[in-house]
Amino acid sequence: MGLGAGVVLVALGCFLAASGGGHETHEVAHAAGAEHAEGVAHHAYKWTNRLWANVWLNAIYFTGASVIGMFFMSYNYLAQAGWSVAFKRVPEALPAYLPIMGIVVLAVFFLAGHDLFHWTNPALYDTASPEYDPIIAGKHGFLNTPFYVIRVALYFVLWYVLWRMIRSYSLQEDLSGGTDYYYKSLRVGVIFLVVFAVTSSTSAWDFVMSIDTHWFSTMFGWYTLASWHVTGLAIITLTVLALKERGYLQIVTESHLHDLGKFMFAFSIFWTYVWFAQFMLIYYANLPEETIHYREIFSGFGGIYKAPFFINLTLNFVFPFLVLMTTAAKRTGIILKVAAWGIVIGHYFDFYVNIMPGTVGSHGGFGPMEFGMILIFASGFVWSVYSQLEKANLVPKHHPMLEESLHHDIN
Amino acid sequence: MSHVTSAVRTPLVTGGKTYADVTEDISRQVEGKPTREWTIAFTIAVVVLIYGAACVFWTWWEGLGVWGLNKTVGWAWDITNFVWWVGIGHAGTLISAILLLFRQKWRTAVNRAAEAMTIFAVICAASFILMHMGRPWLALWALPLPNTFGSLWVNFKSPLVWDVFAISTYFTVSLVFWYMGLLPDLATIRDRARSKVSRYIYGAFSLGWNGSAKTWARYEYISLILAGLSTPLVLSVHTIVSFDFATSVIPGWHTTIFPPYFVAGAIFSGFAMVQNLVLIIRVVFKLEDYITVEHIESMNKVITLTGSIVGVAYLTEFFIAWYSGVEFESYAFINRATGPYWWAYAAMMTCNVISPQLFWSRAIRRSVVWTFTLSVIVNIGMWFERFVIIVTSLHRDYLPSSWAMFHPTLFDISDYIFSFGLFFTLFLLFSKFLPVVNMAEVKTVIKSSSEKLPASVSGVAKGERVTSPTFNKNID
Repeated sequence: MGLGAGVVLVALGCFLAASGGGHETHEVAHAAGAEHAEGVAHHAYKWTNRLWANVWLNAIYFTGASVIGMFFMSYNYLAQAGWSVAFKRVPEALPAYLPIMGIVVLAVFFLAGHDLFHWTNPALYDTASPEYDPIIAGKHGFLNTPFYVIRVALYFVLWYVLWRMIRSYSLQEDLSGGTDYYYKSLRVGVIFLVVFAVTSSTSAWDFVMSIDTHWFSTMFGWYTLASWHVTGLAIITLTVLALKERGYLQIVTESHLHDLGKFMFAFSIFWTYVWFAQFMLIYYANLPEETIHYREIFSGFGGIYKAPFFINLTLNFVFPFLVLMTTAAKRTGIILKVAAWGIVIGHYFDFYVNIMPGTVGSHGGFGPMEFGMILIFASGFVWSVYSQLEKANLVPKHHPMLEESLHHDIN
Repeated sequence: MSHVTSAVRTPLVTGGKTYADVTEDISRQVEGKPTREWTIAFTIAVVVLIYGAACVFWTWWEGLGVWGLNKTVGWAWDITNFVWWVGIGHAGTLISAILLLFRQKWRTAVNRAAEAMTIFAVICAASFILMHMGRPWLALWALPLPNTFGSLWVNFKSPLVWDVFAISTYFTVSLVFWYMGLLPDLATIRDRARSKVSRYIYGAFSLGWNGSAKTWARYEYISLILAGLSTPLVLSVHTIVSFDFATSVIPGWHTTIFPPYFVAGAIFSGFAMVQNLVLIIRVVFKLEDYITVEHIESMNKVITLTGSIVGVAYLTEFFIAWYSGVEFESYAFINRATGPYWWAYAAMMTCNVISPQLFWSRAIRRSVVWTFTLSVIVNIGMWFERFVIIVTSLHRDYLPSSWAMFHPTLFDISDYIFSFGLFFTLFLLFSKFLPVVNMAEVKTVIKSSSEKLPASVSGVAKGERVTSPTFNKNID
């Protein structure tokens, strides 16, 4: 089915990543040389830091993109949504990428955790050491390697297992029909939402907030969730459109697309709301321990993160807000695609500005390494999604809400 | 709108009601004489209002010194009550606007009463703003009006001024939305009216509604536009209320999660209040077939969801207070839980986080008695939440020499009672003179969601009804 497209993309990704890799070594040799010349000793910047930071960034981004598939399905079950059943197999296909992301996240943490996470330095907790940091030492109960690893492993295991359950119910429903599996899925969906209510916040602290170890913001969990969520919605829309264009999922009509467009529009505004609330409150209160986060992005490290800062706001708010404003736009495939791509790219930059300053600082940039890494992860993701889509009927033919979805007409 | 209803959906209108039944059942109390229960309730409400008004008058006459405020705790019951009422005022717009956008048909039975509640709750909230000004005749100074007092001008950097704009806009839009939704029903009552006076009054208020396709098209169009406008508004109102606290640097107030957490809390308390009102209405006016157990259950699910969101926010705040390593922030939270106001904190946690979890039990969330009781508990909890945020964050200032406790006086209590008198007087007037359920909108769902469905539109239809070739290609 869509595998052709997937394979082509994977090949393209590998090719570009390989050539990107070439540039990497180049650039990296440069950077490494410069560092050695400076003769910085402990925890100095190594060229691999940028590589690891890139892997981390993409792993977190695609973890979100995957888990949102499960999130979307769960709240659609809980809310007894009927309209979304026509393309239910699309969000259902996203979380299959989670185990790979889990392995990558843990691998990066073990291989390069010391380079990415300041808090992993044992000297910070040693009162005798000159590097002793009382604030970070105070966080030791939460930020310590064993507990961290347990938490991260738990996120992926819980998310994945619950997805496997809902997926298996969904496939069994195709075979046997009835409403049993509907109610079973509903129950799993509710359990997932309870789990995700906690883990979406704690994972955001672990994956991103702990990079700037001193910094804290109570909003951060929901802020990351908002970012992940709208990314997931854009990916669902893009996949639905791609399938529709290739002649599949013809049951998806303009009305479904219109609703997906509304979702992207509304949750882009929601993300902006959360972004603004966090920014404004920190700006207004002007407490140095909080403003440092934005200071670093906005004017730190020679201002190299200023552009991504504005790209983030433009692509994630101004762009979808204006493009998706009208009814006609939300019902037109090409415009939806433009908006969804804007959101998908924009939220990469959202994670970029939150991860890069704290990990690579002034050594950050946007070059072939970034491009290559995105392509590797994205190709894997596309491959994973398409191979899941291939495994099952694209129409959940015995879903009790299917008929409603087929007749969904909001004209 | 989808014209097919899945078999897994439960009916929204029971008892096999027809269109005529809807009109008859709902118009009955508007057209009939006031019942004895109503008269008794209304008398009590008016007496309370008169007593409260006298106390408010004395508060203004004598000055705010009659309250228990002191120089450390400069805000206490006044702002607690204000935030509490504004929060309650959120559910109406949520039900009418957001649930309209989400095409939730069950909203039709409760939106009218919820919107009315919103409007009256916002009026009550506004009364506390006027009260705590001390000199209410100078309230116009809160508006950026040109004046002759020299450089006297509102401080646009203050969230208190944003509040004035946000709440007045919200009030206006809610009122228009509510009134607009009333038009078809007012016209129905006008058309059924027997006395000249009521035909004239309801006729004037129905603005010449004639039920033509054109008026309906406009009605639906305007509903959508207003829903689109109200949705960001309803979020903005409590967001700005939360800014009143969060823009400060007071430990316990300055925290970035406040805006969405306040909004969730507002929806939480608003739904609880809707439950209380609607549960009484359905019994007194015998509307059990329209406001069914399904409606109550749906609202209880919203209460559980928003209550859990609030719970996650409490825990997040607590965790980050520790995680931040900021001494003052950590102290503020430890003091909340274990200081002299521990009982308020315990009440808040029990009522808001633990009690709504009982709704996980299907039997409890479908029980009228449980629902009523837990809704009251939720609103007690939400009052304590605001009290905890305001008073416990203030009462221990940075210098121990400024530490103080807050003790409410008779006037703190009576001015709060005043708002209940005002609220129930208005709500009882509404419930007598206006249809408490939106007849026109219930009629729109009766065909698809009534208990006695014509077979052709019910359930999952047979496969042959779907004949799209591409669709079939994918099946086996």
